[in-house]
Amino acid sequence: MNLAIRDIRYHRGRFILTSIGLGLLLGVVMSMGGIYRGLIADALAILHANKADLWVVQQGTNGPFAESSRIPEDIKYRIRAVPGVAEASPLSFQTVQIERSGKPFRFFLIGYELGGFGGPPEIVAGRAIRQKHYEMVVAKAMRMQIGETIHLGLHDYTVVGITGKIVSSSGDPAAYVSLADAQDIQFKKDNDAIRNDRERITVNLAAMPSLSPSQGRYLQQNIAAITESTHTVNTIVARLAPGANLQEVQARISRWNHFKPISDAEQSAILAKGMIEKARMQLGLFRVILLVISAVIISLIIYTSTLDKIRVIATLKLIGAQNRVIVGMILQQSLLMGVIAYAIGYGLIVLTYDKFPRRIVLEAGDLQMLFVIVMAICMISSFVGIRKALKVEPAEALGG
Amino acid sequence: MDKSMYAIVVENLTKVYGKGETAVTAIADATFQVRPGELVAILGPSGSGKTTLLTCIGLINEPTHGTVVIDGAVVADGGWHGGIDLKRMRREKLGFIFQAHNLIPFLTALENVMIALEINHLTRNEAKGRATELLASLNLGHRLNNYPSALSGGEAQRVAIARALANKPKVILADEPTAALDTENGKNVMALLKKLAVENHSAILVVTHDHRMVEGFDRIFQVSDGRIIDEHNKVAAGRDHVG
Ligand SMILES: Nc1ncnc2c1ncn2[C@@H]1O[C@H](COP(=O)(O)OP(=O)(O)OP(=O)(O)O)[C@@H](O)[C@H]1O
Ligand SMILES: [Mg+2]
Repeated sequence: MNLAIRDIRYHRGRFILTSIGLGLLLGVVMSMGGIYRGLIADALAILHANKADLWVVQQGTNGPFAESSRIPEDIKYRIRAVPGVAEASPLSFQTVQIERSGKPFRFFLIGYELGGFGGPPEIVAGRAIRQKHYEMVVAKAMRMQIGETIHLGLHDYTVVGITGKIVSSSGDPAAYVSLADAQDIQFKKDNDAIRNDRERITVNLAAMPSLSPSQGRYLQQNIAAITESTHTVNTIVARLAPGANLQEVQARISRWNHFKPISDAEQSAILAKGMIEKARMQLGLFRVILLVISAVIISLIIYTSTLDKIRVIATLKLIGAQNRVIVGMILQQSLLMGVIAYAIGYGLIVLTYDKFPRRIVLEAGDLQMLFVIVMAICMISSFVGIRKALKVEPAEALGG
Repeated sequence: MDKSMYAIVVENLTKVYGKGETAVTAIADATFQVRPGELVAILGPSGSGKTTLLTCIGLINEPTHGTVVIDGAVVADGGWHGGIDLKRMRREKLGFIFQAHNLIPFLTALENVMIALEINHLTRNEAKGRATELLASLNLGHRLNNYPSALSGGEAQRVAIARALANKPKVILADEPTAALDTENGKNVMALLKKLAVENHSAILVVTHDHRMVEGFDRIFQVSDGRIIDEHNKVAAGRDHVG
């Protein structure tokens, strides 16, 4: 006869309530693990979407995500010429926050060359960008309709297509425009600013008596062209030809001044380890704290339920029950509570994970690990109860 | 004296609680024997040591001095006898019945009896058969699946008796088994114990306050201040008209 189950059956209301409480706690622990996995998945989403072998960024930076990086767009020609490089494509990234129907609306704007790669990985509705200007493809999470327009920088952009689940490393949904548009949005000054700049240059040049008016005009045009140029990108991604040696290509580009070639693996490490390390530790700490709380709660529950059963335990000893009968009763109850609470937590998280604002990724390995930990906690927690139970004297069954 | 012919042999049993100035001698130098099938009542005022005597014989309370022999096995000779498995002795040789019925609240009447059998290595089915039979013989056939909280005091006490009897113990120890019952039910329980003593050939020691309950007992021990001051042999008295 299983005493643990008999006791639970008799006190089922109390048992179910406790298990639900514990289950909620374990659900939170699971969601934290899921959030952590989600952070990594989000951080790497763009890397995975691009399938680039190499990220060429500004020298001395870990760009373009972890640090800002600016390089001239035309370096793409030089990169394409490197032996082993199959294709290279410039990309620009920026986080945009605007006001939309009275609320802050944040997204990650990616500019890509229409003929190159690095654009939306898939189109789930509408079409890809075809024209060089004023078209936009947005991630589903932006909740925009095809045909909707949005004002960015100096122009209106129209949504022509919807792409799937793609987010920035901080979890903001992504939107795509042509590289030229992205450069305009990021770098182009409005007409007033341009006029101010030109006037300032003219005044400065006019103050130099050694310049002739024609020399002055010539210089003025050139300086303006440079300051107004928007041909800057954040990175150039490259894919290697089959059989090309990554290290060789990297070594070659490293020798150029001003550029740093980061391999996809290195970029993953920068994103996964560097950028979300603090978040990971934070979540890990929370998980440990919650598990400690669970352990304390389970211990207390088992301990008080053992105290409630002192007479039962004394009676069992009186009629000659072996210690294993008594230890088994307490331990099984504890483990059963752990299993049920785990199941409740799991059910909860499975039902709700897609409703979280950030991505929750449930990995079987994490969940199995947590199960083992919960079982271990239940076992350790029941020791206090078991110790108490083993000290009970059969004489305690006698008191009226 | 052949100790194996007795169910219980007690020699110079002494129990002292505590030490030094606060020491209480609850049992002082008790000596007696009980035969299988004998029904013995223990009478005495509150605090006289009746429960202590029972628990020393019941292997719940370690004697300070003296010898206790249960069914031929020495269990105590100045403290527990070395190597004795107290739980096993309790399980196999002893049955306990107490004032408060001591049933396990989360087990049904049937399960309360079954558990005593299962811890004594009977299979589930054997235990169920024996427990059902036993409860039916105590007129509880209709109460098998009730929890103790749904039983009357008399019914609960009969379940406790069934549990005490389940392993056909040589010795049954009952501490005020009728105290929580009305006179009618109390008399029924006592009558039941008498019947069992005869049928099972068990020695039964019953502690009671109530003189009215002891009619028909084989012997009566009168306890006072830890001493058995008087021992009537009612059967002999009735036959020989000596007292
Ligand atoms: N665990 C204990 N520790 C110390 N003293 C005890 C203990 N148990 C009993 N005593 C003392 O031993 C004496 C005998 O107690 P016991 O319980 O055997 O009496 P009793 O005859 O059963 O009384 P009652 O009729 O009230 O149940 C009493 O003086 C009591 O105070
Ligand atoms: Mg007493």
